[in-house]
Amino acid sequence: MASIFQGVGAATSLDTKKFQLSSLRSVTGRKASCVVMRSGGAKMDSGSNRISGRADQLVTNAVATKADTPAASTASKPGHELLLFEALREGLEEEMERDARVCVMGEDVGHYGGSYKVTKGLAEKYGDLRVLDTPIAENSFTGMGIGAAMTGLRPIIEGMNMGFLLLAFNQISNNCGMLHYTSGGQFKIPVVIRGPGGVGRQLGAEHSQRLESYFQSIPGIQMVACSTPYNAKGLMKAAIRSDNPVILFEHVLLYNLKERIPDEEYVLNLEEAEMVRPGEHVTILTYSRMRYHVMQAAKTLVNKGYDPEVIDIRSLKPFDLYTIGNSIKKTHRVLIVEECMRTGGIGASLTAAITENFHDYLDAPIMCLSSQDVPTPYAGTLEEWTVVQPPQIVAAVEQLCR
Amino acid sequence: MALARRSSNLLKPLSTASSSSFLHRRPFSTDDTTTITVETSVPFTGHNCEPPSRSVDTTPKELMSFFTDMALMRRMEIAADSLYKSKLIRGFCHLYDGQEAVCIGMEAAITKKDCIITAYRDHCIFLGRGGTLLESFAELMGRQAGCSRGKGGSMHFYKKDACFFGGHGIVGAQVPLGCGLAFAQKYRKEDHVTFAMYGDGAANQGQLFEALNMAALWDLPAILVCENNHYGMGTAEWRAAKSPAYYKRGDYVPGLKVDGMDAFAVKQACKFAKEHALKNGPIILEMDTYRYHGHSMSDPGSTYRTRDEISGVRQERDPIERLRKLILAHDLATEKELKDIEKQARKEVDEAIAQAKESPMPDESELFTNVYRKGFGVESFGADRKELRATLP
Repeated sequence: MASIFQGVGAATSLDTKKFQLSSLRSVTGRKASCVVMRSGGAKMDSGSNRISGRADQLVTNAVATKADTPAASTASKPGHELLLFEALREGLEEEMERDARVCVMGEDVGHYGGSYKVTKGLAEKYGDLRVLDTPIAENSFTGMGIGAAMTGLRPIIEGMNMGFLLLAFNQISNNCGMLHYTSGGQFKIPVVIRGPGGVGRQLGAEHSQRLESYFQSIPGIQMVACSTPYNAKGLMKAAIRSDNPVILFEHVLLYNLKERIPDEEYVLNLEEAEMVRPGEHVTILTYSRMRYHVMQAAKTLVNKGYDPEVIDIRSLKPFDLYTIGNSIKKTHRVLIVEECMRTGGIGASLTAAITENFHDYLDAPIMCLSSQDVPTPYAGTLEEWTVVQPPQIVAAVEQLCR
Repeated sequence: MALARRSSNLLKPLSTASSSSFLHRRPFSTDDTTTITVETSVPFTGHNCEPPSRSVDTTPKELMSFFTDMALMRRMEIAADSLYKSKLIRGFCHLYDGQEAVCIGMEAAITKKDCIITAYRDHCIFLGRGGTLLESFAELMGRQAGCSRGKGGSMHFYKKDACFFGGHGIVGAQVPLGCGLAFAQKYRKEDHVTFAMYGDGAANQGQLFEALNMAALWDLPAILVCENNHYGMGTAEWRAAKSPAYYKRGDYVPGLKVDGMDAFAVKQACKFAKEHALKNGPIILEMDTYRYHGHSMSDPGSTYRTRDEISGVRQERDPIERLRKLILAHDLATEKELKDIEKQARKEVDEAIAQAKESPMPDESELFTNVYRKGFGVESFGADRKELRATLP
């Protein structure tokens, strides 16, 4: 099913960042293969994926652009190139193929193909009932998905924009999160609730919401945020296979990222963070789009002589305190860069969690850079000011490492 | 009450209710073969559909079982009342006495593979689905032997193997869930239906109409049952709804108004609805019923309605009394035997309460169980969770 896109001239703007965590995991003897799993469930051999080199290979940008990299790198590597939304679709399609209970429901997912083309072509292949076009009734179609999940189906509920899921908050909080508990374990709710969120390009306040912070307190759900085509596909598959309700946060601006991903089937671990760039001086924790702002800032920082360690936390609930903790024990300084609001955001929870667990290892207070606590304005310049930008990250690291 | 005594294939000679010369007859006839035809108290009113006939076929066995089950349910609710007052049940407790005919009639018309989902007045429906008294009382008292292991409480009774999906506290939120159950039934091409029950208060929720629209759009086998007990907590229906004809609220979806205090009317309506839903998609049933208790135990139930009204309904429309008169009229049992059944019910309830009281409270470790379901490389570190790594499937 994997098709190879001949990316002539259009090069990847990202490195394939399939990192093994063998260096960090050796402490407790955890196998490196927990990061990537082959289709048969066999453990991965450490030969094919190696930790990419360090500073010399970082050519990242905040959003996908046509950067120049040597043409030779695209043609001869294994795997196939695709965009993030295609990676999501591939993961979704593979899971629908594999398990007949997997179905999709959402607005315009069927005939229209999905507002961000994530479900394009699926309705023709699997039929209208399995890829269900719902009316604009978030509360009830989320409830419907949850009710269907109670009987054993595995629906994927798409919110056209995460902000619309506020209308379904009651269903997500009370029914999705709590039913497994209040029924004493009788019912499981294996739904995946996914959709794009985050600040886009001048979409206005109501369409630029970051709901990670609103959902994070709900007991019983898991939250993950994808940021690259590789982890998008892996997390999508993992979320579908998980028996817990999972909220998968995508980002409006990241859908057109291009990356080369493996041809073989792989599923990622939902609760694991991704080591983007190992380093020594400071730990930068980030997720979703801010990862790219951080990597851009990292370029500048490296030129200035700093060695930041960048971790994409990916799992927003629960936090992967193992990876994060090991990193803090090494660098003793933490900077959190997020797109969430400052008040009660993911960064706030993460700060609290780190302080509780790793206080003794810190040489400086934790710094948290988040979006401003304002509704996202329409004007482009103001919108840029709402979100954390690379120069601010550089300044923060310099202050932290003083 | 107009009771037509047209019986076909009657094995026993016709007799009047006052006859006492048949004392040698065995009561409790588990007689399944005799058909007794009963007429419902009032005819059905249909909206966009042809209402079913008023004549309902039943057997002595069914009549007796109706009586026995309803007596048990009534006793359970009254016992729950006194348990609440003695502070063994805490929090919210919504009692169903007066409305028993709805769940009894429904159960008689469907199988255990048809799904039922309801709101928080769920104790008797749980019993009707096959739940035991012990599980009910233990759950009400928060003990381990409860159906949800003591972690749900009065509003969260579930029984998965009998397709009883609860038990929901938020008004109206169970109806989209019910349409989801119907969706799954259609997805799997099963020949079963879903009964999504809600009250007259919940009938004004927007998500109901959203769910109804979707159910009608995709012909889902969903039957929406409005248990109209005329009061949404303290607000009478005419003060909350512009159009209290809830069976008509579906507009393009057909509806049926049923006397919810008559178990046979309910049975007939549910049978009709099931046939309809499997062929044509959703239908709304409005059960005209009444609750004797207040909305919950913290509501005396008399500030917004008169005691005369309550006792009036109890005298004229009580479902158990109606059955008693029917049974006596058909000479299926004597007064004494019926009283014995009620005594037996009381005894069973008392035993179950005693047993439930002995069940322990949940362990402290139960606080963290069932939050997530294990699977797929779950591992966590730090203060967040305490689970160990699980193996991949």
